[in-house]
Amino acid sequence: MATAVTLPEERTNYLNADYGIKSWLLTTDHKRIAILYLITITAFFFLGGFFAMLIRLELLTPAGDMVQADTYNKLFTMHGVIMVFFFLIPSVPAVLGNFLVPIMIGAKDLAFPKINLASWYIFMIGGVITLYAMLTGGLDTGWTFYTPFSTTFSNTNVVTGAIGVFINGFSSIFTGLNFIVTVHRMRAPGMTWRRLPLFIWSNYAAAVIMVLGTPVVAITIVLVALERVFHLGIFNAQLGGDPLLFQHLFWFYSHPAVYIMILPSMGVISELMACFSRKRIFGYDFVALASIAIAVLGFLVWAHHMFVSGISVYAAMVFSLITFFVAIPSAIKVFNWTATMYKGSIRLQTPMLYAIGFIGLFVIGGMTGLFLGALGVDVHVHDTYFVVAHFHYVMVGGVVMGYLGGLHFWWPKMTGRMYPEFWAKLSALLVFVGFNLTFFPQFVVGYVGMPRRYHAYPPEYQVLNVLSTAGASVLAVGYLLPMIYFVWSLRYGKVASENPWNASGLEWMTQSPPTTFNFDQTPVVTWEAYNYDDLNKREEVPVAQ
Amino acid sequence: MHSSQQTAVHALRHHFADMEQQHETVSMGMWLFLVTEIMFFGGMFCAYLVYRVAYYNAWVAGSQQMNILLGAVNTAVLICSSVTMVLAVHFAKLGNRRLLIIFLVATMALGVVFLGVKAVEYHEHWAAHEVPGPNFNFHETGNFDPRHVQIFFSLYFAMTGMHALHMIIGIGVLAWLTLRAVRGQFTEHYNSPVEMTGLYWHFVDVVWIYLFPLLYLISHKHMLT
Repeated sequence: MATAVTLPEERTNYLNADYGIKSWLLTTDHKRIAILYLITITAFFFLGGFFAMLIRLELLTPAGDMVQADTYNKLFTMHGVIMVFFFLIPSVPAVLGNFLVPIMIGAKDLAFPKINLASWYIFMIGGVITLYAMLTGGLDTGWTFYTPFSTTFSNTNVVTGAIGVFINGFSSIFTGLNFIVTVHRMRAPGMTWRRLPLFIWSNYAAAVIMVLGTPVVAITIVLVALERVFHLGIFNAQLGGDPLLFQHLFWFYSHPAVYIMILPSMGVISELMACFSRKRIFGYDFVALASIAIAVLGFLVWAHHMFVSGISVYAAMVFSLITFFVAIPSAIKVFNWTATMYKGSIRLQTPMLYAIGFIGLFVIGGMTGLFLGALGVDVHVHDTYFVVAHFHYVMVGGVVMGYLGGLHFWWPKMTGRMYPEFWAKLSALLVFVGFNLTFFPQFVVGYVGMPRRYHAYPPEYQVLNVLSTAGASVLAVGYLLPMIYFVWSLRYGKVASENPWNASGLEWMTQSPPTTFNFDQTPVVTWEAYNYDDLNKREEVPVAQ
Repeated sequence: MHSSQQTAVHALRHHFADMEQQHETVSMGMWLFLVTEIMFFGGMFCAYLVYRVAYYNAWVAGSQQMNILLGAVNTAVLICSSVTMVLAVHFAKLGNRRLLIIFLVATMALGVVFLGVKAVEYHEHWAAHEVPGPNFNFHETGNFDPRHVQIFFSLYFAMTGMHALHMIIGIGVLAWLTLRAVRGQFTEHYNSPVEMTGLYWHFVDVVWIYLFPLLYLISHKHMLT
C-alpha cells in the first residue's frame, strides 16, 4: 500500500500559492490556465472517445443493428466535432504551450494574461453550447458542416452547434495572438531567435495559422448559420449560390488546422529527441524553418480536399503539386530527428517511447497523405476508410502521441511529482499496439472499397472491422491508464527534482513546480539551445526522495 | 507631474520590465488582432468577388438600388470621426484631459450618426422588399436572375451588418474610455488604451472605405448586358 509522499519542507509554488476556488477561476497565471485547459480537454477527450467506441461497436457487425443510420450520423459528427475543435486543436498549445512558452523564453507570463484567461472562458462557453446542441438532439452534418446539407436539409441542431464552434474559435485566436506577441516581445535577455527551443518555433508557426486561418472559418460558419436561419442563398445552388465556395472557405482554415494540431506536437518531439538522445538536435535551423515552411505551404493546399467536388483539373494539379511540397519540410523534421538519435546515448524512458512511436506513425500518416494528394489515387480512395485511417495516423498517431509524450516529460515540472515509470511504459506500449491494430486494418478495408460514414457494410469487410474494434478496446485501456496513474501520482508519486531528466532548457532551471512568476530573477541566456554536450559533463541530478 | 508618474508606475503590469516593453507589446497585439479582423472580413470579400464575377448583371442591378447620397454622407461622417479619434489620441498623449474627453465624445457622436443613417438605409431596403428571405421580392426586371440579386443583398447585409456590429462595439469601448478619462486615469505617460482603440476605430473606418465603392459605386453606372 503506497503512502503519500510529501516534501520535507514545502516550498511556495504556483500550486500552493493560494487554494481558493476564486484563485483558480480568476487566475491570470499561465500555468494555472494550462491546468484548467488540461482538465477540460481531458473531459472532452474521453467524451469524444466514448462516441468513437460506440462507432466501433456498431461496426463490429456488418448489419446496422446497434444504432440507426441517423444516430450513427450523429455519433461520427459529435466524435469529429469534439475531437477536432475541443481536443486536438487546443491539446498541445493550450495545455503544454500555455504552461511552457513563457517559461522556456524566460518570461514571467504570456503577453496578455487576462486575454489568456478569457480564452479559457470562451472555450468553456463554446464547449457548453456545443454540448447543449448534442444533448438536445445532436448534430449530423459531419464535423465539416458541408452545404447545402447543413444549411437546407439537416433537421438537427446545426445552428446551435455552429455557434458553439464559432465561439470556440476565438479561444484559439486569443491563444495564437498571445503566443506570437509573447515570443516577439517577452524573451529574456540573450534569448535570441536562434536560441529558442524548437517547441517555441513550432508553437509560433501554429499560432500564425491560428491567427490567419481561424477568422476565415468563423465568418464562414456565421454565413452558414445566417443562411439556415434567414434562407439566404450564398451557398445554396438552388438559389444560385455556390456550395463549392463554402468548401473553399472551410478548407482554407480546416486544412491549415491540421498543422495547428501537428506542429506543436512536432515541437514536443524535438524536445524529447534531444533530451533522450543526449544530443543537440541535428540541423536546428532546418527543423526551425521547416515549421515556418509547413505553416506557409499549409495555406496553399486546401483544395486537395475537393478533387472530386468539381474543381477545375488545372487547379487540382496545382494543389496536388503544392501538397507534395509540404512533404519536404515534414520529411526534413523526420530525418533530423532520426539523425539526432544516431550515435546518441538513447534512454528509452516513457516520453522517448512516445516520441519514437510518433515517428513511426507519423511517417505512415504522412506518406499516405501523399497517396491522397495524388489526383488519380485520391479519386479511387476518396471518402473511404483509407482517408479515415490516414488522418487518424496523423491526428492520433501524431498529435496524441506527441501530446502524451510531452505530458509525461513535463508532468514533474507541472505537478512536482514523477509518474510511475512501469505503468507509463506499459500504457505507451498499449497505445502503440492498440493504435496500429485499430487503424491499419482501415487502410486495407478502405483501399478495397469500404466507404466512410455508413453504419452498415458488406459482410466481406467484417474481419478487418473486428480487428479494428478490438484494437480500439486496447487503445482505450492505453488511454485510461495514464488518466489513472497521473491522478495517483499527484499524491503518491515520487517528488520530482528541479530537473529529473537532466534536460536543457530554461524550464528545467527553475523549481518544480515553478513559482507563480516562474523565476526568482529574470534569467540571462548565454548558451545555445540543447547544449547537451555541456550538460552531459555534469553529474546526473538525483531525484529527491 | 509627480502624481501622473505614480499612475504610470501603477499602470505597469507585473510581467513587463518597463513601460516601453509594455507599450510595444500591447501595440503589436493590437496590430495582430487587426490582422485577424482582415481575415474575418476577407472571407466575405472573397464571396463578394466570386459572385460579382459570376453574376455581374445581378450585381449591377443590386448596386443601383443603393442610396449613394446617404452612403456618401456616411463616408464623410466616418472620415470626420477618424479625425476626431486622431485628435483624441493626440490630446491623450499631451495629457490634456478636457480635450481628450471632448474628442472621445465627438467620435462617439459621429459613430452614432453613422449608425442612424445606416438604419434609415436598411429601412428603405426593407420597404422595397430587398431584404433577403421570404419577404424578398425584387421589382426590377432585366437580363439577370432575381435570386442572384438576393445573393448580392445577402452579402450587402452580411458585410455592412458585420461592419455596423464593429461600430457598435467601438462606441462601447469609447464610452468605457471616456469614463476612464473622466476619472483621470490617462496621462502623458499612460494612454495605450486610447491609442489602441484609435487603431481599431481607424480599421473599422477603412473597412467602410472599401465597402462603399464595392457595394454602392463601381457597378452603379454600368449598363446591364
